[in-house]
Amino acid sequence: MWTEEVIQMIIDGIGETLFMTLTSTVFGYAIGLPMGVALAVTDKEGLMPNRVIYKILDVIANIVRSIPFLILMILLIPFTRMVVGKSYGSAATVVPLVIAAGPFIARMVESSINEVDAGVVEAARSMGASNWRIITRVLLVEARTSLITGATIAMGTILGYSAMAGSIGGGGLGDIAIRYGYHRYQPDIMIVTVVLLIVLVQLFQTVGMRIANRLDKRKA
Amino acid sequence: MSEIVIENVSKTFHTKDGTVEALKNVNLSIEAGDIYGIIGMSGAGKSTLVRCMNFLEVPSEGNVYIKGKSLRDFSEKELRKQREEIGMIFQHFNLLMQKSVLENVCFPLYIQKKGKKEARERAAELLEIVGLQDKMQAYPSQLSGGQKQRVAIARALASDPKILLCDEATSALDPQTTSSILELLKEINEKFGITIVIITHQMSVVREICSHVAIMKEGEVAETGNVEEIFKNPRSQVARELIRKDSGSDLETAARATRERIRSGEKIRIVYSENSAFEPVISNMILTFGEPVNILRANTKNVGGVAKGEMILEFARDSARSEEMKRYLRARGLAVGEANDYVD
Repeated sequence: MWTEEVIQMIIDGIGETLFMTLTSTVFGYAIGLPMGVALAVTDKEGLMPNRVIYKILDVIANIVRSIPFLILMILLIPFTRMVVGKSYGSAATVVPLVIAAGPFIARMVESSINEVDAGVVEAARSMGASNWRIITRVLLVEARTSLITGATIAMGTILGYSAMAGSIGGGGLGDIAIRYGYHRYQPDIMIVTVVLLIVLVQLFQTVGMRIANRLDKRKA
Repeated sequence: MSEIVIENVSKTFHTKDGTVEALKNVNLSIEAGDIYGIIGMSGAGKSTLVRCMNFLEVPSEGNVYIKGKSLRDFSEKELRKQREEIGMIFQHFNLLMQKSVLENVCFPLYIQKKGKKEARERAAELLEIVGLQDKMQAYPSQLSGGQKQRVAIARALASDPKILLCDEATSALDPQTTSSILELLKEINEKFGITIVIITHQMSVVREICSHVAIMKEGEVAETGNVEEIFKNPRSQVARELIRKDSGSDLETAARATRERIRSGEKIRIVYSENSAFEPVISNMILTFGEPVNILRANTKNVGGVAKGEMILEFARDSARSEEMKRYLRARGLAVGEANDYVD
């Protein structure tokens, strides 16, 4: 049963999973990073408190995060079709993945930024720094380690979501696992894909934490 | 024209548990070149007051003038420009932990749109002034508290400020480090003519370097004036209380000169009984011989129902008349013994 065909399929699966995870993480951060910064700075204790903006972003983040990913994917099918032209395959899965990951990433970014010592922000204000400078040169820099740790967690979560997309023909390792393990009852192929998923998560986690630690200057 | 004028400033904070009046109608004027202390117990409103001086806190009422210019009239942008001329240092240093010492000092220079090379050169100069030229590439986590505060001082000086605000800048430091930071501040005041405002709860800090002081209690200024005057003649109760609490345990500057002279001089132990306490023996001896004597320790013990006084004295290192002085003491009925093993 380990025909060349199956092996090729698994290799393609790894490629698709990596493609979905990495693309969704990049686009997810394109939404989540500004949104998270906006949440943190418009907070009551933030740099530019603004109740209205905070509340709007807060509600959006909560709504998206309370819809289970499987349902979100189905809800978004018309939108996905509009963006990529079809509703199945790995490119199509990226769309709901980005929508789901954005608010999730925003929450992580928000909490990373809230960890930055308020005293350092005050010092920057006392030096005459503008809010934009404080965000880009103080908040994002001081929160760097925590942001990278967050990104590592986000990638793991997105990888998990991408596997879930397999149930509606999303492509990647998850798709293979569901097709062979569930529909065709071939647990050996399923086990191989699960092991591969575990290895990928471990890899992301290890690399991410190593980068975060290397960049952290708080450790003497 | 005064450097800083605080005019009828009040500040009220609205919190969940009601309103807090942090400042109540405060008036102060600080002259250029002063080292001005603002002292009070915690919660007296001194930190809020110092933040009003650069509008990090905007007063609820009243106004603040820097060199005659009203901070209220400034736009956000003008206010930021003004803040560049007012350096500030903090109790917990507030350095960028992810940036090197050099880059921390460069931060305000980048705000002033200085190029990387120019900023680094200037920062290196400043770090030399504060004595950290060999720590430029280090990160704040590798430095001691005193060193961190030196970096913060260099950073505050980077924008060539006319005023330096110090918010409890020595409160997290041990007495020796406190002394060295205060000395550095004094040096900066003299060398660059920067007006320094020092917020503290320690009278010893005021005593060591301030020329003028305002004493605060519960959001109000209880007393202001020349430091020497207030020490001599405190009018308010809170001033008397703060002076009393200042036990003088870190008399560093004042005592240093004398201590230097008598350090590691000969030490003796004298023991006296009750009746010999009628004559002021030590005072008379100092007057007679005209030499300083350091009292390292003194206490009274009950020995077999009789009160015995014991004192450890230290003569000046170069004392030529120590033998004569010992004879003088013995002649007045005191037991005199060696105490060179005494360490304090």
